[in-house]
Amino acid sequence: MAAAIAINLERILYLTELTGLKVYSPDGERIGRVVEAAVAPTEHPRRVARYLVGDGGRTRFAIRHDQVQSISLDGLVLADALLTPYRRDEAFLLLCKDLLDQQIIDVNGRKVVRVNDMTLTIEAAGDRQELWVLEVDVGVRGAFRRLLEGVAPPPVIRRLQEPIKPSSIGWEYCNIIEPDPQRRLKLNISHQMLNQIHPADLADIVEDLPPAEREALIESLDEDVAADTLTEVEPKIQTSILEALDSDKAADILEEMDPDHAADALGELEEEASREILSDMELTEAAEIGGLLEYKEDTAGGMMNTQFVALHQKAVVRDAIEALRGNEDLLESLNTLFLVDSDERLAAAVPLARLFVAGDSAPLVGLSFKSLLKVPVDASRKEVIEFFDKYNILTLPVIDEGEKLQGVITADDVISVLRRA
Amino acid sequence: MLRRLRNHIAVFFAVIGPGFITAMVDNDAGGIYTYSHAGAKWGYLPLWTLLPITLALVVTQEMCARMGAVTGKGLSDLIREEFGLRTTFLVMAALLLVNLTNVMANFAGIATSLSLFGVSRYISVPLGAAAVWLLVVKGTYRSVEKVFLLACGFYGAYVVSGILVRPDWAQAAISSVRPRLMLDDAYVAMLIGMVGTSVAPWMQFYLQSAVVEKGIDAKEYAQSRIEVVVGCVVMTMIAFFIILACAGAIYSKGPRDISSAAEAAQALEPFGRYAYLLFSAGLFNASLFAASILPLSTAYTVCEGLGFESGVNKSFQEAPVFYWLYTLLIAIGAGVILLPNFPLVPLILLSQVLNGMLLPVILIFILLLVNRKDLMGKWTNSGPFNAVAWTTAAVMISLSLSLAALSAR
Repeated sequence: MAAAIAINLERILYLTELTGLKVYSPDGERIGRVVEAAVAPTEHPRRVARYLVGDGGRTRFAIRHDQVQSISLDGLVLADALLTPYRRDEAFLLLCKDLLDQQIIDVNGRKVVRVNDMTLTIEAAGDRQELWVLEVDVGVRGAFRRLLEGVAPPPVIRRLQEPIKPSSIGWEYCNIIEPDPQRRLKLNISHQMLNQIHPADLADIVEDLPPAEREALIESLDEDVAADTLTEVEPKIQTSILEALDSDKAADILEEMDPDHAADALGELEEEASREILSDMELTEAAEIGGLLEYKEDTAGGMMNTQFVALHQKAVVRDAIEALRGNEDLLESLNTLFLVDSDERLAAAVPLARLFVAGDSAPLVGLSFKSLLKVPVDASRKEVIEFFDKYNILTLPVIDEGEKLQGVITADDVISVLRRA
Repeated sequence: MLRRLRNHIAVFFAVIGPGFITAMVDNDAGGIYTYSHAGAKWGYLPLWTLLPITLALVVTQEMCARMGAVTGKGLSDLIREEFGLRTTFLVMAALLLVNLTNVMANFAGIATSLSLFGVSRYISVPLGAAAVWLLVVKGTYRSVEKVFLLACGFYGAYVVSGILVRPDWAQAAISSVRPRLMLDDAYVAMLIGMVGTSVAPWMQFYLQSAVVEKGIDAKEYAQSRIEVVVGCVVMTMIAFFIILACAGAIYSKGPRDISSAAEAAQALEPFGRYAYLLFSAGLFNASLFAASILPLSTAYTVCEGLGFESGVNKSFQEAPVFYWLYTLLIAIGAGVILLPNFPLVPLILLSQVLNGMLLPVILIFILLLVNRKDLMGKWTNSGPFNAVAWTTAAVMISLSLSLAALSAR
């Protein structure tokens, strides 16, 4: 094990060691020092594609990866002497400028971290050598190297850093946040990996980022993930993100949100902005959310959502199962069915679990709660919370003046109201 | 029209906090001593400096608030991203040291102000430290900010005690607008002290982080700027009344040097119990206030710049470095006050020296950053503003360096 590490260490070059490394022509003449290294993600995700060399003055040359013969702590030796002047190119990810000291997302650790240094490995490519990015260093060890960079020679720094615990993130788990969408495309940065992170964790990440990066992140997530993430983000930040997004992008994301959350989010925006987003949404969703927006925020109407399943009061278990088959997207959070009469007035509530122990043709009315709990749309937020506390319920139906079922309030709505208070 | 006005007021109250708090904490134990001394020794003469002081404060604070709102990043974040880790590390190490001495000075303020009420420092300082620590560890950002805003209200005590000593209002009004320069060593030192203490390095970091934490964005910035200006004006008004109180109570009886703010409070006694009590209570409030903000702001700034998790909304496990720094700053800052024969006065002078030496560096960083197009877009300094800002910075730098030199002498 120890031997393996020793071999590995010889193959390792830190970015702090690469910058400042002497560059030699094929005949051993010193040309300058490495000042920057660039990866071209569209060509190869890890390989350093260009080395930028400065010769003390302001002139900078670019060296292609296949012009390098060998790399070690002693210097970088070129295979040919063809130096081309450096031109800025957006398709290159500059390790010092774009990464060092900047914030990136650690996909595994699910948090925002700052880059202290990078670890590269020396790889053989035929008879030549090239550098591949291995890890990004975010811990005290990397910071230590940065502080001593140029002060002590690399072998000394390597020995001194040994007692410090390393802390790094594999390059494949690093997500760079680039606010400019065109540069993102050129750098081949996708946020696909982020879609695997739980939206609640993503929301924490979003809250940790500055505004431009925040918007970039939400914009590049899948719409359903973006919707779930936005739901979890604190209202103030939610509003500023929605304001910054294009209104049709915002509309697409809001369509994926639960209507009550979408209505809450829109309610925070200025009237003009919220109207514009509503007009960019699909008609059915816009109507539903628009309806919810009518209610005052601190009433049952403002808290409720319209995602419920209601059947006629004469229906039997078979009908209920049939109705559920048509509403698969609701199933994750559904725990109660509602029965209404021919005039759509609320008649009874049925706990979902009872369906499993009843026969196919059992009438649903027979399975319903003994007493029907409900609140009017204009009930105050306080009354609603008291209801949940007193009766230990998960779902509470909301009715209008004509006893018609308008929506439901679920326990999670109540929890988020309580948490915000 | 009325609705729009109401909207403006609503947004104003939504952004209130950072600018106000930062400006008010500027009147901490050290600041109050400086103003008390100026009033006691020179009477109404130094009042004219308050106008340029307000200007200097507004100019520097405004830039930081703007950077916070536009970039959504703290000042130490920006220094880290644009000037690299080593620079940041050195700045943070210096800031940590400077602020620690400032924390000590304010715990000393707690001790002396409460001793006027007959409370031993062996009771007041540990209790003060515990209260400060709990406030942040057990609170949320919103609740902490509310407590801080409440503390701002208590500065009103100085206004009342200033009125109670029945100062010479006509003299005060004239002196406020008529600059008076004398080639007297002590007078010049006093002027330098007043201006030099008015802008401290930590304030810039605190203000910018607070703006970011509050989520104020470029759109709300217009209101935030008003808040910064109002905060600075109110702060100098408080300073005005402190000078007034000491001019009326001490200078008019016979100009003399005072060695602490507590001594100034005692001199107010002949003007009634209330003048005396309010002045002492004001000093206690200001010291406790600064003693709560400084460790918090320092821990924030250092963690932000060096990439450790930070924030009162995180748990101890999530942000250990942040909480340890915070705890140690309070423990050491309060602890040394309890040591018998601790050289407190030299220490307060040292904190002035260090503040003065660090400020130039910070001001130059601010001016470089705020003028970066890639960071600030259309929000960089305008040409005329830049001229004012660089001039202010140059004056502040030379004054604070002179103050450092004077204090070190």
